[in-house]
Amino acid sequence: MNLLKLLDSMCPDTTNAEEKDRFYSRREAFRQFGDMSKKMALAAVPVSLLSALPNVAKADTDSLIGVLNYALTLEHLEYNYYQMGLDSGVIDTAERPIFQKIRDHELAHVNFLTEVISNVLMGTPVAEPSFDFTAGGNFMPFDDYPTFLALAQAFEDTGVRAYKGQAGNVMESDVVLTAALSIHSVEARHASMVRRLRTKKGQDMTKGWITGNDYGTLPAAAAGIYAGEENVSHAGVNVVNLTGIDQDAVSEGWDEPLTMEQTLGIASLFLSS
Amino acid sequence: MKKELFKPEGLIQHTDRRAFLKMGTLSVAGAGLLLMGCKDDEDVMPPVSGGVSLGSGDVGILNYAYALEQLEAAFYAQVMMGSYFANASAEEKTIMGDLEKHERAHREFFKAALGANAIADLEVDFSSIDFSSRNSVLGAAKTFEDLGVAAYNGAGQFLESGDLLLIAGKIVSVEARHAAAIRDLINPNSADFAGDDIIDANGLERTLNFQEVLTAASTYVKTEIDFSQLPG
Repeated sequence: MNLLKLLDSMCPDTTNAEEKDRFYSRREAFRQFGDMSKKMALAAVPVSLLSALPNVAKADTDSLIGVLNYALTLEHLEYNYYQMGLDSGVIDTAERPIFQKIRDHELAHVNFLTEVISNVLMGTPVAEPSFDFTAGGNFMPFDDYPTFLALAQAFEDTGVRAYKGQAGNVMESDVVLTAALSIHSVEARHASMVRRLRTKKGQDMTKGWITGNDYGTLPAAAAGIYAGEENVSHAGVNVVNLTGIDQDAVSEGWDEPLTMEQTLGIASLFLSS
Repeated sequence: MKKELFKPEGLIQHTDRRAFLKMGTLSVAGAGLLLMGCKDDEDVMPPVSGGVSLGSGDVGILNYAYALEQLEAAFYAQVMMGSYFANASAEEKTIMGDLEKHERAHREFFKAALGANAIADLEVDFSSIDFSSRNSVLGAAKTFEDLGVAAYNGAGQFLESGDLLLIAGKIVSVEARHAAAIRDLINPNSADFAGDDIIDANGLERTLNFQEVLTAASTYVKTEIDFSQLPG
């Protein structure tokens, strides 16, 4: 994944043959630059080169920026949550490597999305919001480890659903789609790990995958995070009827999306006013 | 442009919406220029005789997923008949039992969705796996699950149908959940569930292309798989 690949995903915003030629030749120049410096870090791409990016269809770009800013908001939330958890000392020593790894990924996602929005799509990344992880004094995640783990599960499962819900909105850019998918599966790995950890510690009976719309021992407010996960019909095929496999197992086999509105409704509980 | 309704039993054999994107001025771009976002039509190549041909377009990609799900389902079915499973812990029995059901459900779903376009059953070869050995079974499970995630992540960009992309997205995150659980069984409470071997410094999981995935899978599949008509 790199900026040069992103260029390849862009189409010229013109029907004029001469302008198309210019688009492709400029893109090829970028490609050759990339070939000379394959090991160049993402952040090291000179701004002067980036500012000369070929024109792309503005509507497409605005739409991509909107989706990526939405993703960036969620990544800010997750990164802040894990960093504060690690700083607070609430996490059992033996399990810190798990949350250090998750924190590292969320920070990498923040940096990656910020870079793509600002230096590739020439947009403005959203500012980091202020968070209230007590949700108005209801939770004490940095004083109580089970609460910390419960909210971590809620954030990761929400993240998986949120990215999934946007796949269709970025599919016009192959590279943005592939990047989003590559973040999406990382969030799913996090979710599986946190879910199973809670069960190993006797705090829940949840598995790495989501059974029906069960939110286990999470607070009732988490019901919205799992609403719809009980679906067993895909593309008009009821997979329980098709296979005779039990409803629980079939529901586990497919994760479901959330819309931007649903996700922001969940996330807004943790934004400070 | 990619807003086609998905018809379970009647997937269109080949769609040519890419013709919309055909450009008249590609020659100026020069040889070697890869047009990922503005694709020209892929070359149409005749299927080889023997084995199975995945086909082209979205059907081809569904068959690609179907092939991988066949492999995974066959693997877990065999795991559950072996002595590792018979002697496994309650937790591991639950996990293996779940994975068998999930993968079988995925396989049967794709078969139904593809209808007459579905490839034949693949002949698998698990002779390199020792089903009495925990290490061997978990190692193979890790290979299959990680491979599945990388395959879906790599193929998503080639799907024309947004509905199919969403379905692939619904499945790939479950494969990632599996992969993380298997990795945690192998090395509990470590960072391996999302290790640096598969996730890069940008926090992005690896993707693999059709050839990489099918080459890795070929160790376990006897049937020759022709993927030459897949897009990309």
